[in-house]
Amino acid sequence: MKKFHYLLVIIFITFYACAQQIESEIKAQEPQDLNYTTELVIPDLDIPWGMAFLPDSSILITEKSGDLIHFKDGTKTNIEGTPEVYVRGQGGFLDIELHPDYENNGWIYMTYASSEGNGNGGNTAIMRAKLNNNTLTNKEVLYKAEPNTKIGRHWGSRIAFDNDGYLYFSIGDRANRDVNPQDITKDCGKIYRIKDDGSIPQDNPFVDNADAKHAIYSYGHRNPQGMTKHPITGEIYIHEHGPQGGDEINIVYAGKNYGWPIISYGINYDGTSFTNITEKDGMEQPLFYWVPSIAPSGLAIVNSDKYPKWQGNILAGSLKFSYLERLVIVDGKVEKREKLFENIGRLRDVKQAPDGFIYIAVEGKGIYKIIPKKI
Amino acid sequence: MKSIISGIIGLFSILVVHLKPQDPLLESIKRGSDVYKDFCVSCHMSYGEGVKNVYPPLAKSDFLRENREESIHVIKYGQKGKIVVNNVTYNGSMSAQGLSDDEVADVMNYITNTWGNKNDKMVTEEEVSNIKK
Repeated sequence: MKKFHYLLVIIFITFYACAQQIESEIKAQEPQDLNYTTELVIPDLDIPWGMAFLPDSSILITEKSGDLIHFKDGTKTNIEGTPEVYVRGQGGFLDIELHPDYENNGWIYMTYASSEGNGNGGNTAIMRAKLNNNTLTNKEVLYKAEPNTKIGRHWGSRIAFDNDGYLYFSIGDRANRDVNPQDITKDCGKIYRIKDDGSIPQDNPFVDNADAKHAIYSYGHRNPQGMTKHPITGEIYIHEHGPQGGDEINIVYAGKNYGWPIISYGINYDGTSFTNITEKDGMEQPLFYWVPSIAPSGLAIVNSDKYPKWQGNILAGSLKFSYLERLVIVDGKVEKREKLFENIGRLRDVKQAPDGFIYIAVEGKGIYKIIPKKI
Repeated sequence: MKSIISGIIGLFSILVVHLKPQDPLLESIKRGSDVYKDFCVSCHMSYGEGVKNVYPPLAKSDFLRENREESIHVIKYGQKGKIVVNNVTYNGSMSAQGLSDDEVADVMNYITNTWGNKNDKMVTEEEVSNIKK
């Protein structure tokens, strides 16, 4: 009898310690008849975190270590007057995006890890500035999350504009999952929405709650490093890193709770579980979840006529498996997944540029353009 | 007999509890474990096993055992290009994590004394500060 008890205990421990995970139903496949290849257009970059494409066909690239590089006519120039970047763990110089009306107003938006404000450490900030003679001018910090912390993980952060000109950006939970993501009176673990000058839109979901952070648009996020406007529907799509397993693609809507860490398809890095539910009333289900994790960074949705067979497909970089993932969406569900350009390197960012081509940023390599294969 | 045994166990636990905080290596390893969980675990994994053909292992790593200074250099300044660990060639990159010298020393002491690794000669903040780019 005693032995039986031991057995029960062992079985219990096994189940408790090695939480079972439901793998993604649709598996990533090798591409068939891939008609595209990559061309290295900007070599020798370390961690190109974000890219912005200027009207003169030049490109701005953020290096995580703090540099802002302007690539024009085949030459790299380091831009002066860049924000003071706090390089720590996953934090550094993060995303860069142009105002939708950049040609008339010249505003450039950047997110970065900042140690501004009280306390040791840092948190995510967003700044806008203009580019004049290789220098950033008219700099304005539009938002800086609190509090500062020396923790190195989960800063977010991507930037996107919607069709009404609102500015969205993401801040990760700063690895404080039981404190930040579910509390709208605290920063971190949120998607934010502000106006292009940093002011708070009057119809933001939590403006009537005196204690809430009024810039919050949605909450219950872990670490979103991908964000883009859907070119057809205008919705804001994000993806976010899960823990071990449970990366997600979500469409963000005002005031919605995306569940982290109450619901998750992931488990702790050591194999133990922190929640045994994946669904709950009042919490959103992802459009898709990845088990195992691909560690997604950078997100684009294709509508360029350069890629006729990829229309409406989602592209996401995989840091962990070093490929570009193509997800085919049919009726709001992922129907197929493909691993493009496997072994290219840690894929940090992907964007469809105004010239219609898709560009990918790869750590330790540089920026590649996806072009049709020569026949 | 029972009371003698529990007495010995009790005495031993008191000794362990009181001795531990005074051992600078154990203290450093403990702090290093927190640094590891924050900065390293997402690639090098919980048991230092790494990710096959992508991120090299730290557990029973010959590189770590035989290249003390270079290992500190990698943590302090990052690493780029080819690196051979346990006869497998990795060609990725690791960025500098922005750790202070004492944190680099702590995490070195942790990874060189965990998962079957053993290193009696403690890495100190001073040693880390002497390793230049």
